[in-house]
Amino acid sequence: MIVELGHFALVLALGVALVQTVLPMWGAHRGNAALMAVGDTAAVVQFLLLLTSFAALTYAFVLSDFSLALVVDNSHTDKPMIYKISGVWGNHEGSLLLWTSILALFGACASWFGDNLPKALRARVLSVQGSIGVAFLLFMLLTSNPFLRLESPPMNGTDLNPLLQDPGLAFHPPFLYLGYVGLSMSFSFAVAALIEGRVDAAWARWVRPWTLAAWVFLTIGIAMGSWWAYYELGWGGFWFWDPVENASLMPWLFAAALLHSAIVVEKRESLKAWTVLLAIMAFGFSLIGTFIVRSGVITSVHAFANDPERGVFILLILAVFLGGALVLYAARAGVMEGRGVFSMVSRESALVANNILLAVSALVVFIGTVWPLIAEVMWGRTLSVGAPFFNAAFSPFFVALAILLPVGAMMPWKRGDIGRTLRSLRWAMVLALAVGALVFAVQTGRSALGPVAAALAVWVVLGAVADLWLRTGRGSIGGRLARLGRLPRADWGKATAHAGMGVTIFAVAAITTWVAEDIRVVQIGGSFEMGRYTVTLDAVNELREANYLTTKATMSVTAGGREVAVLYPEKRFYPVAQMPTTEAAIDLGVFRDLYLVIGDKQDNGGWAVRSYIKPFANWIWGGCLLMALGGLLSLTDRRYRLAAGARKVALQPAE
Amino acid sequence: MWRIFLIVMLWAAPVFAVQPDEVLEDAALEERARALSASLRCPVCQGESIDDSNAPISRDLRIAVRERLVAGDTDAQVIDYIVARYGEFVLFDPPARGINLILWLAGPVMLLTAGGIAVIALRGSGRAEAVALTDADRARVDEILKS
Repeated sequence: MIVELGHFALVLALGVALVQTVLPMWGAHRGNAALMAVGDTAAVVQFLLLLTSFAALTYAFVLSDFSLALVVDNSHTDKPMIYKISGVWGNHEGSLLLWTSILALFGACASWFGDNLPKALRARVLSVQGSIGVAFLLFMLLTSNPFLRLESPPMNGTDLNPLLQDPGLAFHPPFLYLGYVGLSMSFSFAVAALIEGRVDAAWARWVRPWTLAAWVFLTIGIAMGSWWAYYELGWGGFWFWDPVENASLMPWLFAAALLHSAIVVEKRESLKAWTVLLAIMAFGFSLIGTFIVRSGVITSVHAFANDPERGVFILLILAVFLGGALVLYAARAGVMEGRGVFSMVSRESALVANNILLAVSALVVFIGTVWPLIAEVMWGRTLSVGAPFFNAAFSPFFVALAILLPVGAMMPWKRGDIGRTLRSLRWAMVLALAVGALVFAVQTGRSALGPVAAALAVWVVLGAVADLWLRTGRGSIGGRLARLGRLPRADWGKATAHAGMGVTIFAVAAITTWVAEDIRVVQIGGSFEMGRYTVTLDAVNELREANYLTTKATMSVTAGGREVAVLYPEKRFYPVAQMPTTEAAIDLGVFRDLYLVIGDKQDNGGWAVRSYIKPFANWIWGGCLLMALGGLLSLTDRRYRLAAGARKVALQPAE
Repeated sequence: MWRIFLIVMLWAAPVFAVQPDEVLEDAALEERARALSASLRCPVCQGESIDDSNAPISRDLRIAVRERLVAGDTDAQVIDYIVARYGEFVLFDPPARGINLILWLAGPVMLLTAGGIAVIALRGSGRAEAVALTDADRARVDEILKS
């Protein structure tokens, strides 16, 4: 009964989304306030209906209702409760329901927090948001309905993919979707602005927080996914340039470009047409990502439940929305003339350079991802594009970004002086070069990547510090320190996010360059040297857990006679899904992770053991968290909170 | 169903990536072998290199790479040997020749194009700003500065 209620709510949501698409747009066109107001009601109702639907599906998973085909395929009674819940979105149909629910949530947010938006703009934004909802609800109901019943329910389910039974993977899709779908707001604002033919500072002040929020969620989602890969796949890789990872990286890069160019629109009323284009591209690449993941045209580890029919449908959605928006853009972009002029050396130009580097790097990722497809269709050649290509073709863009970043971030608006900006960064530059040289001297005879990345990281981080320090003006050190705390949160956010990028760049280079690896056979009770550590294989036990069998090793690690850690790497086998997994054991450290993996029993009674020392591993995700934190700080800046305050005042009844 | 069958087949004997018995005595050769196998794609997996893959065929390929290296092949000869048997599909690093030149040059070309457009556009807007200050304005500025 509850499942039918969820199904019914889903169908009803489609009807409401249709109303939300048509009536407010018509109302905005005719200047009819009543029709425009329908958009607000419809957005909230659509969200509540989808929430009901999502709750109904969750209920079916929690109760293991095996009359639902989806529950049978993705759940099992022996599974821990947390993975029963994450099973709701750990599959194609359920993840689509989550996608659409979040889409409706953003629509409802535009209505809840949009009181200070011009009425016509709000109506048009809600209408565009509604139309995306229509497309995805149709897609779900026609090709991927999560509420299909089985005529004869089986006794138990076939289990969720064991790889997905992990906290890191269970909770990264919701974050990624908040990011992907959050960009739909920027898209709706862009299309609404194109229809109205007007983009101004107020528009940018509206678009920027949505983009920022989406980007923060994407950053967290990508970091979680990468962290999961690091500890789950058994050899400590953190990024594979897999099509699905690329699908999340492309919108992230475009969103990063967009939130920088929106600053120029907000503060200088320049780069308007370009910003609108970026907003369209950012969401366009979210849709392309969805297409890549769901259609199965490009095979990937993550592409669960893909089939061509769904691919064609998503391609259709992509063509309508991206194509439609671009046609509209071509027709209307000329209307949006920028007002602020700026010289070649200025903050604006630096942000243009940032935008070009980010956008082109995203396109490089895109071409690399679809190249096998193009080569097969055009020339009938089956080839692969993998990590070596992406590392070589993508990394230079981030090196260039890191070099430009501190200079651009401190350049004055409108007209700057490179010499002057460089003078205030001279200490950062000297220190960066010194650290680079030091690293080069210490790590004799290794790749130049390490020293270069270390110098770049110091340059970017100290650049961020110098930027903050200069913002405190002149005067005594005490006075400037006091002023530091009173700087706007946007300044702190900018410095934090930029420093985070420096940290991540360094960590990625460090872990790739300085990793130490050891593969060997160890007898029980035997030990071996790994760097400055001694690792002993104390015992290996075969155990039976609730829903898997495991081979669990006990390994103690000592350094100079002192115990450092006791680690338990495992090899699991999930009988229901007939799948083995490796569970690496990691001793987390600030400067290094010790990473142990247990392999197979050898003929001579020993066990295969793989061990790694991964330097600065946690700094990769630490840097990502700093970036996300910087985004959050900017998001809570006074100017956005003031806008919220103004809204509350407006809500007071006139007396 | 076919897919489940395939997974069971591939994982019937779970092994893990590089096995201790594969590792070569000669550290320099082993390092070359690892670098090569990281750029070769496992023919039956979904986007894994033979260095990371658990599939038996990847093990065979890793051993084949090492055998060729021990026999004195150069890196390029080893790659050719594998490609001759499994096709260019196994190359994760598409060589920058033929149609793949489009792939490799796309980034630099797009960067130069976008940069060029931006510079031309900025020149234009910069000049517009310069024009805004006429001789009369200059005279007026001088007057103010002198006083």
